[in-house]
Amino acid sequence: MADRLATVASKADLLRFSTAGSVDDGKSTLIGRLLYETKSIFEDQLEAIEHASRLQGADYVNLALLTDGLRAEREQGITIDVAYRYFSTPTRTFILADTPGHVQYTRNMVTGASTSDLAVILVDASRGITEQSRRHVFIASLLGIPHFVICVNKMDLVDYSDQVFAQIRSDFLPFLSRLDVPDLTFIPISALHGDNVVDRSVNMPWYRGSPLLQHLEHVPVAADRSLVDARLPVQWVIRPHRNEHRDYRGYAGRVTGGVLRPGDEVVALPGGFTTRIKSVDTFDGPIDEAFPPMSVTLTLEDEIDISRGDMICSTRNRPIVSQDLEAVVCWLSTSPLTPGKWYAVKHAARNTRAVVKDLCYRIDVNSLDHESAVESLGLNEIGRVTLRAAAPLAYDPYHRNRTTGSFILIDESTNETVGAGILLEPRD
Amino acid sequence: MVLDSAILTLDERPPRQRSASARYSLTHLRALEAEAIFIMREAAAEFERPVLLFSGGKDSAVLLRLAEKAFRPGKFPFPIMHIDTGHNFPEAIAFRDRRITELGERLIVRYVQESIDRGRVAQPKTPGASRNRLQTTTLLDAIAEFKFNAALGGARRDEEKARAKERVFSFRDEFGQWDPKRQRPELWGLYNARIHPGEHVRVFPISNWTELDVWEYVAQERLDLPSIYYAHRRPVFRREGMLLAVGEYMQPLDGEVAFEEQVRYRTVGDMTCTAAVRSSARTIDEIIAEVAASRISERGATRADDRFSSAAMEDRKREGYF
Ligand SMILES: Nc1nc2c(ncn2[C@@H]2O[C@H](COP(=O)(O)OP(=O)(O)O)[C@@H](O)[C@H]2O)c(=O)[nH]1
Repeated sequence: MADRLATVASKADLLRFSTAGSVDDGKSTLIGRLLYETKSIFEDQLEAIEHASRLQGADYVNLALLTDGLRAEREQGITIDVAYRYFSTPTRTFILADTPGHVQYTRNMVTGASTSDLAVILVDASRGITEQSRRHVFIASLLGIPHFVICVNKMDLVDYSDQVFAQIRSDFLPFLSRLDVPDLTFIPISALHGDNVVDRSVNMPWYRGSPLLQHLEHVPVAADRSLVDARLPVQWVIRPHRNEHRDYRGYAGRVTGGVLRPGDEVVALPGGFTTRIKSVDTFDGPIDEAFPPMSVTLTLEDEIDISRGDMICSTRNRPIVSQDLEAVVCWLSTSPLTPGKWYAVKHAARNTRAVVKDLCYRIDVNSLDHESAVESLGLNEIGRVTLRAAAPLAYDPYHRNRTTGSFILIDESTNETVGAGILLEPRD
Repeated sequence: MVLDSAILTLDERPPRQRSASARYSLTHLRALEAEAIFIMREAAAEFERPVLLFSGGKDSAVLLRLAEKAFRPGKFPFPIMHIDTGHNFPEAIAFRDRRITELGERLIVRYVQESIDRGRVAQPKTPGASRNRLQTTTLLDAIAEFKFNAALGGARRDEEKARAKERVFSFRDEFGQWDPKRQRPELWGLYNARIHPGEHVRVFPISNWTELDVWEYVAQERLDLPSIYYAHRRPVFRREGMLLAVGEYMQPLDGEVAFEEQVRYRTVGDMTCTAAVRSSARTIDEIIAEVAASRISERGATRADDRFSSAAMEDRKREGYF
């Protein structure tokens, strides 16, 4: 039964990735080219941008126009919100979060990075590493993206020089080694001319690695998900009240870590009751095991009181259960975070409230320096905070689990999403 | 200087996890399905009065199957609502009634004609004018009537440029309006469902699906669809490069000639603005082959109302369109 859902590696899987670059590094051109070369652009879309390119007086088809969505952006000619793009090759399906690069859009970068398995970061070969490039890498690493590709673009402007490429790489490495970057690849490209985007560049025979698309197709991402610590935040309790399922009580949710099997001993947190899994159900019938990111329904041996927001976990590797939260917060709102303020919190499937106890320091996103003695956190700023929640949360540090280790803060009067939080190990 | 390979690994992951990875991996379609089920359950749990919008098309067929996957053996935690423009393909209505009976769930229908009769909207004067735009008022009235605070729909981000940026939980103000510049940031799978009375949220469980994904899912799940999705012969005429069906509400104007053609539909909406494409695909596999090879986007080929300008969709969405 399980193999109806689990599948062999030969079938196309899914890669979610994000792109970041400073204005004019060539991000739109690169994305346009990826879409064009994977035949993800339709004739009428191409016609529309050919027409728009002529109106702008361009003498070539501006592939960058493909990715500019909203009217405000078309008018200003820049990307100001996260946009999602879809393309596929025979080996993989891709969801691309296209995020703007300017410092004032840090919050959009954070948003795009939150769901990505891989980050593509553009660097302009003719300008080298900039403050912006460092910030992009920092944010991607903070958000726990396991795979990084640094695309050194516009190689045509530097005569496809291996020295320039090597220099940029060695300029960048000291900074990168200070961050948590598990897997890092540098690729020299020309988005405009297509070198090393899909096909190997004839202009850079000295580069022996894969072109970008081939790299994206083969990065192993399933290995990134934790299969050790079993976690299922309960979203919804299924109680049919129908004759044929009179006693059915199913706990529906998404597996966010580990593997869950019938017979496994589990604990429901924060309550702490222990029982065993009776069955792992789906609409297509019961299955032998469930793993991330499957949505399933668990039935349990004992009738215990579990409701939305509780987390079903393996008894061996338990998450932390606490009301005291140590976190890094990215601020998304124009009204600042200030100590003493209460916010609504959404963590996994639980809604609660929390008060900001302490703002320990602000992180300078360009230098990584810690500025202490700060009074508030403004839009696009990132800082280290201590929170106290109104109810205990069952969580893991973010670096162990990106789902059970993240939360959002919501302003209780405007209902705006104002903060993105990453949970850290508790202080002892 | 020759660079060996530009790859370096600063931190090797434990080999145990690597070897297990192939076994514990989902196809892209299973991953999209799991995400959609997750979104539906979030919507059901977070909102007191959700509703599932039904359009009669393939996206609705997919949503209904996803709802079964999310909530069976329980009942759906929401009714299903159809905004009827009156200009329906009879096949779509037959499909709707068939599916609702099978599912045993509650259907609500609200009619654009009633909005016209009550003077809420004006019937456009031009012959064969689309009622697509009028649906917005009927929908918002129905949302107010039932005090719905979440409406689940089948829109996808690949359909159109403005939609590429729309959130999965997409906030609507008290007038049903969407403000693309004031969208709530949406991180991880943490959807913000907090609203004030009178406001609502549109929820799009298949945001991340493409047209091809939808067809592959129809094939994988062997979903029933209105028959007009498959190639059939019918009288059509050409208008602005598109093939429109001759029918009760649509007649060729002067200079337009009706002829018979073998066609199928890629979307099913209001008859007056949904165009057919020439096709001989009679099975799902043939359709998938055709879609995979297709070089015209779904909207460009079949929606007359998007042709006015590239900002047409954005404008309608601002007003509260689906
Ligand atoms: N010479 C050269 N120019 C490029 C390359 N990629 C992009 N450009 C140009 O750089 C400018 C900015 O590109 P665009 O894609 O709009 O940058 P974005 O702001 O990062 O999206 C445009 O004039 C592009 O034509 C490249 O590989 N080589």
